[in-house]
Amino acid sequence: MKTSKGVDLLITTRREKTKHLTQDRQLLDEGEINSSLQRITQEILERCTDPKKLLLVGIRTGGVFLTERLRQMLVSRVGHDIKIGAMDITLYRDDVLVDMPRPEVGPTELPCMLEGHTVILVDDVLFTGRTVRAALVELMDFGRPAGVQLAVLIDRGHRELPIQADYVGFQIQTTREESVLVFFHELGQNDRVVLFRRKG
Amino acid sequence: MIAPSFQHRHLLGIEELSREDIFTILNLADNFYEISERSIKRVPTLRGKTVINFFMEPSTRTRTSFEIAGKRLSADVINISESGSSAKKGESLLDTARNLNAMRPDVIVLRHFVAGATHFIAQHVTAAVVNGGDGMHEHPTQALLDCATIRKHKDHFEGLTVAIIGDVAHSRVARSNIHALTKLGAHVRVAAPMTLLPLGIESMGVEVFHRIEPALKDADVVMVLRLQKERQEAGLIPNTREYSRYFGINPQRLDLAKPDAIVMHPGPINRGVEIEPEVADGSRSTILEQVTYGVAVRMAVLYLLARPSSE
Repeated sequence: MKTSKGVDLLITTRREKTKHLTQDRQLLDEGEINSSLQRITQEILERCTDPKKLLLVGIRTGGVFLTERLRQMLVSRVGHDIKIGAMDITLYRDDVLVDMPRPEVGPTELPCMLEGHTVILVDDVLFTGRTVRAALVELMDFGRPAGVQLAVLIDRGHRELPIQADYVGFQIQTTREESVLVFFHELGQNDRVVLFRRKG
Repeated sequence: MIAPSFQHRHLLGIEELSREDIFTILNLADNFYEISERSIKRVPTLRGKTVINFFMEPSTRTRTSFEIAGKRLSADVINISESGSSAKKGESLLDTARNLNAMRPDVIVLRHFVAGATHFIAQHVTAAVVNGGDGMHEHPTQALLDCATIRKHKDHFEGLTVAIIGDVAHSRVARSNIHALTKLGAHVRVAAPMTLLPLGIESMGVEVFHRIEPALKDADVVMVLRLQKERQEAGLIPNTREYSRYFGINPQRLDLAKPDAIVMHPGPINRGVEIEPEVADGSRSTILEQVTYGVAVRMAVLYLLARPSSE
């Protein structure tokens, strides 16, 4: 679910994230990203009894494009449309008021009531788990879904909360100081997943 | 576009804000607007933060708007109004503010009848201070919500013609809007009887009219100000009937503006005085939308400013 506001936010948060980082090595290329998403699509369909009751919700900013790609893959497999939405979790972060200036808040768009639906939260990287916690709390403020699952492209470990993904593209060993960023062709970049280190 | 950074400790007026600051608030307000449409109209962001609304001038709508804004952010909101305050017992404003600050609020929203009161208070408290209207000087959140409403309908500010009609001399709403709209590139006209226009208002970068018709011609936005009874009592106008005849916004006058022009009013309206009911209730009126945006804009301001008072 793309709005131009959401894309602007994605570009600015990317720039902020890479300001103090230097590229170390590429972890995944375009083909590997694509085959992970295909595999996740397959796993979703295996677990899901009724795709019409699925709602894929991308967590801004990294989950938004992945959600659209998963939707297209699911649609080509089931032959009908799959509902998607996007959620900005900034206001629910447990550290939102720590920094000045305040982080930018993006739009949250959910297309329907959550009741009766299985929500699949989609994010690019699962790290401490705090983003997913915030997403769960926000989701529950909108309603009571029948169930919530989590799909991530990369699980890089270092959980600080008891959170786990139901669908994982790749599991990667990293140190805490490193950063993992996903680049998207939707933003004019080459699809890839890159490991970064702090500069200096 | 790098995310603009809002670095102000307080919101005391539009005059101190940059264009980017204004857009930061407007962009945030658009997203906070969505929260007011949810069935659970609340986010946990300001949980545990304390907001004190200290209103030394009577106000229902602005104070309620700030209260709802704070509560939708999960803040604890306390309202102190003029009648309930210790000022009646002769406590000075500074002492009152210092006492309030000693209770460690995160934000103090102040409305006061003396211009500059908020700037004064801001220097003597550790909380973040928001100007809820100081005398005839500024009412920044009103101007911001007006800009948010304009943007919703017009999408841009550059080159827009905004006609502000009414008692500009006594209006903090007009002053804040003039600052905001000129910073954003709009062309501002003011129109009122000469007794209700401040001397030297042209120096704010506005075009001055003493008759309403040329001011309304091809305007994109018509902003109507309230005419207070006190002006008649002070001899500034003969009576409200005459004011209404020459400066009231009625459908015929509105036809002079562009066909898609919007009509705004900060409220409360005097039906039949500065604005006719058909216009106030008509399809081009954005008066109620302004109120809805008011909550969103005030949420954005509280979000940007709330900080522990110990910093």
